[in-house]
Amino acid sequence: MSVETPVVTGSKHRIGTSAPRPDGVAKVKGDFEFSSDLWAEGMLWAHILRSPHASARIVSIDLSGAWKIPGVRTVLTQDDVPGRKLFGLEHPDQPVFADGTVRYYGEALAAVAADHPETARRACEAINVTYEVLEPLVDPEAAITAPPLHPDGNIFRHLVIRHGDQNIVGDVTIEGTYEVGMQDQAFLGPESGLAIPDPDGAGLELRVSTQWLHSDMWQTAASLGLPEDRVRFVLSGVGGAFGGREDVSMHIHLALLALRSRRPVKIVYSRLESFLGHVHRHPARMWYRHHATRAGDLVRVEARLVFDGGAYASTSSAVLANAACFGTGPYKVPNATVEGWAVRTNNPSCGAMRGFGAVQTCFGHESQMDKLADALGLDPIEFRRRNALATGDRLITGQKITGALPVREVIDALAAHPSPADTRATDDMMARPGGAGRTADVDHIQRGYGFALGWKNLMFAEGFDDYSTASCTVRGGQVSIKTACAEVGQGFVTLVEQIGRTEFGVDEVTIEQSDTTIGSAGSTSASRQTWMSGGAVKAACDSVRAKILQHVAVRHGVTIDVLEIRDGHIVSLNREIDITLADIDETFTDTIEFHHAPTVHLDDDGQGDAHVSFAVAAHRAVVDVDTGLGLLRVVEMATSQDVGRVLNPLQAIGQLEGGAAQGLGLAVMEEIVLDKGRVRNPSFTDYLIPTALDMPTVVIAGFIEVPEPGAPYGAKGIGEPPTISSTPAIAAAIRNATGLELPRVPVRPQDIVFAKLR
Amino acid sequence: MNSETLTYRLTVNGVDHRVEDAWLGESLLYVLRERLRLPGAKNACEQGECGSCSVMVDGALLCSCLVLGAAAVGSEITTVEAIATTDPYAEPGAPLSTVQQAFVDAGAVQCGFCTPGLIMAVHDLLDRLPDPNDLEIREAISGNLCRCTGYGRIFEAVRIAAVVRNRPRGEGAA
Repeated sequence: MSVETPVVTGSKHRIGTSAPRPDGVAKVKGDFEFSSDLWAEGMLWAHILRSPHASARIVSIDLSGAWKIPGVRTVLTQDDVPGRKLFGLEHPDQPVFADGTVRYYGEALAAVAADHPETARRACEAINVTYEVLEPLVDPEAAITAPPLHPDGNIFRHLVIRHGDQNIVGDVTIEGTYEVGMQDQAFLGPESGLAIPDPDGAGLELRVSTQWLHSDMWQTAASLGLPEDRVRFVLSGVGGAFGGREDVSMHIHLALLALRSRRPVKIVYSRLESFLGHVHRHPARMWYRHHATRAGDLVRVEARLVFDGGAYASTSSAVLANAACFGTGPYKVPNATVEGWAVRTNNPSCGAMRGFGAVQTCFGHESQMDKLADALGLDPIEFRRRNALATGDRLITGQKITGALPVREVIDALAAHPSPADTRATDDMMARPGGAGRTADVDHIQRGYGFALGWKNLMFAEGFDDYSTASCTVRGGQVSIKTACAEVGQGFVTLVEQIGRTEFGVDEVTIEQSDTTIGSAGSTSASRQTWMSGGAVKAACDSVRAKILQHVAVRHGVTIDVLEIRDGHIVSLNREIDITLADIDETFTDTIEFHHAPTVHLDDDGQGDAHVSFAVAAHRAVVDVDTGLGLLRVVEMATSQDVGRVLNPLQAIGQLEGGAAQGLGLAVMEEIVLDKGRVRNPSFTDYLIPTALDMPTVVIAGFIEVPEPGAPYGAKGIGEPPTISSTPAIAAAIRNATGLELPRVPVRPQDIVFAKLR
Repeated sequence: MNSETLTYRLTVNGVDHRVEDAWLGESLLYVLRERLRLPGAKNACEQGECGSCSVMVDGALLCSCLVLGAAAVGSEITTVEAIATTDPYAEPGAPLSTVQQAFVDAGAVQCGFCTPGLIMAVHDLLDRLPDPNDLEIREAISGNLCRCTGYGRIFEAVRIAAVVRNRPRGEGAA
């Protein structure tokens, strides 16, 4: 496929410009309606009762205490689920409410709808549950052989990739074992929504936050036992997502309460419930052995990956596949043996988070690349450059890279960027490690530099046809576009306007409500919506544009190839025809389903063309560490990224900065702390995310624009790569400053101080 | 909960509101959002950590989740919904305050959930310190968590707003 360029220009804010967000003004005014802002006359409030144990048998649930409280309208448990009792994004294995067994801390047991949120909370407290508390299984390694926690067993997936010579040994070998803690998406808008039953009680509308309206709808309709067209999902304002809204959370509970009470019901999770109520990033243990020639060419990589999937499947299988497929980094690895496990434990369920498996293994392979460069006496950047993948090379899955993959260009752009001046001696006290605590001593501050490279796939993989649907309608010069795409803050709505302006040369584009009355857009994840829903929107615009030109050609007795649309006018090449879109009375419309190239499931040796496209990013971090106190400050992050083409510079910068911040969080502060499966820090007091004082300037050293064949406008998705290499770059910088091995992220003060004491 | 309710009056954005039969445990944030239909202040943590619910109470920047609604009786409360009309630096009739406009222009908005709280915090900062340096900006908004932006475009928005507000009167909007 050739890379297309826009054929119609003229309007401002088209593709390639920093067009403003259509929802920006409403958001700064506080007028934008988030799913927690919804309100309906006579609505009830929902609350969910959750398990205080990570593993237990439910002996009995006595609801009578809840029913006695005035104002309580509905109380539900698993017995009240009329349809499919289980739900799940890839594989339905999670009961709507705990069904005789509790498998994780915070699992839902019952739901209440009452006339005030406090009444609903008190009603949940009045439900008397008798548990037989069991010893939780929390060690993922042990889970592989432990008695099953679920009828489906403990192994979500066991995957082996065997590529090339399975016995070859390099001149130099380096081993390492690495760990990544459990990260939370920590989107700011809590899970929330409003369900409104239809007057006949046989259907309803849910206005919710989500990443994928249709997946929620399919799962909810199945559990309600209702036809899909009676369960309408409408996208409300979404306060961030980052993977944490890909799974169903409160949606089925809310729908059941509304149908049973025959009243609108609103739910808003507290931050504590949000921490317990959505999946997290998989914690991982990763063993690696890298082999290289003395000259510095990679010979072979061996790896064993254990990912803790927690209590229910979610997307564990796909996360593990990504971790394994991309687990050796964007390097030429002629021989590889990667064995991966994703297992069930009594820890919180894990699933999608920005970077989706590639984040964990990037920390592993980049730690190894630094170690190996050191053992070989090579510059770590030059060592990476020497082994960099390029178009035409093969992944360890045997897949040949046919699209753009400018790995060396990404490395070179970042390496060319100068490091910041060393201002340790003159920095304001507030700018030193420890900040406002003013505890750092300038004589103990060491500066370190770290470099890392990461990559992942775009779109879903392994045979999944994650198509998107868009309709375009032009009527009297008005262009309107509809999809079911979930705008979660990333700016897809801006892109829709830019595409419409570019393809029709108009200034105004109307975006219709995102809902399930149109076909699926697929998930807002996997860096896929620019390509997939952007592609669907562009294809729908292309089709309608062709219809309009055909109409004008017939009316004027000319052939279509002498006509074009320019600045909202249809003009002929000789300018004899010049009419505006608004002059045409007819309505032109089309709905397009847009598919990416087909992929296949990995075979028994982990081989196959399982992925559509790939994107690469690099980060360099500069870190000051007070080695005595273990306090640190990230001084600067610089990045370059393979983006295909920049469609909106301002929004692209926002993705690179925001993604780097989440990578910084995982590197130095973010971790869900568990004690026998219990979450010990489910609040923003104890689960720390980067603040304005933690986050350094992110320098964009380069948007590497090599157009991707088959992608609309040649653009790759850009959301996830910033979160992949940022974490290992910071870890490498801390190692560089301290001389410590630091095989685990997040790096905590005690990891620095106690290691020094040892 | 009938024994735990109270009827009281609140002054919000210069308007006197009657809050009827409200549970005493309701935070000012809840009362604003759910009883007075002013949902601009957001509910991200409800324990004073994220700043999303920031409002001005008698001229002081506060997390409205940490104040009981009934404890705000007699106070002058300003929310993001009124900040454009109370910004002395905005052009007459401008739909947005100087800070709001800067957030739009700088690309400081992604999901937007933290945005209203940040708008309030930045107004408070620039009213106190018209020309803040980089560290002063960081310190002033370090109580407002943003998960989308990494803060880079927000810093830029604060710098833009400071320039606009420090411009001599009569030079017009940007």
